[in-house]
Amino acid sequence: MEDTSRRTTLKALGATLGAAAFARAMAPLAAWPEDLSIDELLQRHYKELSRDDMVRVLRRLEQETLDQYGAVVTIDDVRPIPEVQFGYALNLSVCVGCRKCAEACHIENNHDRATNQSYIRVLEIKNGSVDLAMGTVDYDHAVPKKGRSYMPVQCHQCDNAPCVSVCPIEATWKEPDGIVVVDYNWCIGCRYCEAACPYHARRFNWHKPEISAEEINPDQAYLSNRVRPQGVMEKCTFCLHRTRKGRLPACLEACPTGARVFGNMLDPNSEIRWVLENKRTFVLKEDLGTRPRFFYFFDK
Amino acid sequence: MPLFTALTLLLACEQGFVDPSREYGPTVADAPAKVSRVHVPTSLGVVDTPRRDIHGAPIGVSCATCHAGPGEDAIVVGDEGNPEQMHGTIELLHGGLACDACHEPTDRRLLHLADGAKIEMAEAMKLCAQCHGPQARDYQKGAHGGMTGYWDLRQGERVRNHCVECHTPHSPKPPQVQPAPRAVDRVVFPASETH
Repeated sequence: MEDTSRRTTLKALGATLGAAAFARAMAPLAAWPEDLSIDELLQRHYKELSRDDMVRVLRRLEQETLDQYGAVVTIDDVRPIPEVQFGYALNLSVCVGCRKCAEACHIENNHDRATNQSYIRVLEIKNGSVDLAMGTVDYDHAVPKKGRSYMPVQCHQCDNAPCVSVCPIEATWKEPDGIVVVDYNWCIGCRYCEAACPYHARRFNWHKPEISAEEINPDQAYLSNRVRPQGVMEKCTFCLHRTRKGRLPACLEACPTGARVFGNMLDPNSEIRWVLENKRTFVLKEDLGTRPRFFYFFDK
Repeated sequence: MPLFTALTLLLACEQGFVDPSREYGPTVADAPAKVSRVHVPTSLGVVDTPRRDIHGAPIGVSCATCHAGPGEDAIVVGDEGNPEQMHGTIELLHGGLACDACHEPTDRRLLHLADGAKIEMAEAMKLCAQCHGPQARDYQKGAHGGMTGYWDLRQGERVRNHCVECHTPHSPKPPQVQPAPRAVDRVVFPASETH
């Protein structure tokens, strides 16, 4: 009697612990987010999707945008153009700080309307200084203000990108044409990349982006401007949904002073090459060794 | 157990799979290059009058409306004795230049270059370039002046802004503007303001 009692007790204890552990392990299922589909949960990393998988994912995301935002959009998987390496340069001599680039980015990239978010931050700094810490981004007076100069900062698409190397799950990487991208469906939102970026170029979706159906830009790509989910990182992609189809980035088209120069650095006749070869260019925080593809230059 | 190991290995192998056909997009055919053309704005050869349209923008009148042809006095309409009527809105802040430095005195529909050669209003950029050489060079190389369209001329055309779209020829320095609204994020409003 005593023998069986001891054994039964241990069994019961074991079973109880096992059941409790199992229940604990399954607990996250109880907190299953309503907008998370099985397909999304099981979706593989961007690079591991076959063409057929990708098509299914794109159609699902289009349907989700329609369900959640009421907007009919086209999401493409726009891949790099062979033998193209993108480069971008900005003329600090003519930038007036009007934030038209940031505004165009906000509209083009389907940013959250409430926060007026954008991938571009325009710094106002004292003339003759490139002391970013002393710069302000919240100016609201008429520009250009006397004695001030302006410096738009966005993702520099670094060749040695700290944001890429810190990502614990390879949710962000550098593409063959130089653009650093994020798989928004793979990102876990740890924000390591945001902390690692010396240019403060990455943004976090604290909330589900709010944007009305008629304001949504329907020309979208998986790796760029599709409406991002809550809790993931996002960043400038040099408008890859435009630039990989040969078009100029939205911020360049919006610039009223023509301060921005964009193009293929492998093409010796391109505008960007002329700037790099003939103008006094510099990169931000060169000493960090990030090797940006975004250059600043002066006219004189 | 061997079955489980085999499955795990199989999955692990498949994890590294990258579809090579997805690495790049289609190669762009070396198509005949599309043009990069200069947009010719409607403001060329038009003078703003003091009258305003319903949007508050000044109503423009073509030079040729009054200056019909060659000859200094070839004025067909308006106050010949009162050019202020039409030209009063012009604020001349262009390096101390006088009207005739650019405008052709013998035919007011035209401009003239430094050597006196007459040019059409649409060719105004030639005239600008005569004084503003570095800017003209940068413009030709694509490093000055706004544009829209395609960076890749194999795929589409590009439209360049004309000088006068950003610089009013009579007072070329762009005026101050109110910036677009700032973002409302944690960087713009530091903790000291929000707490």
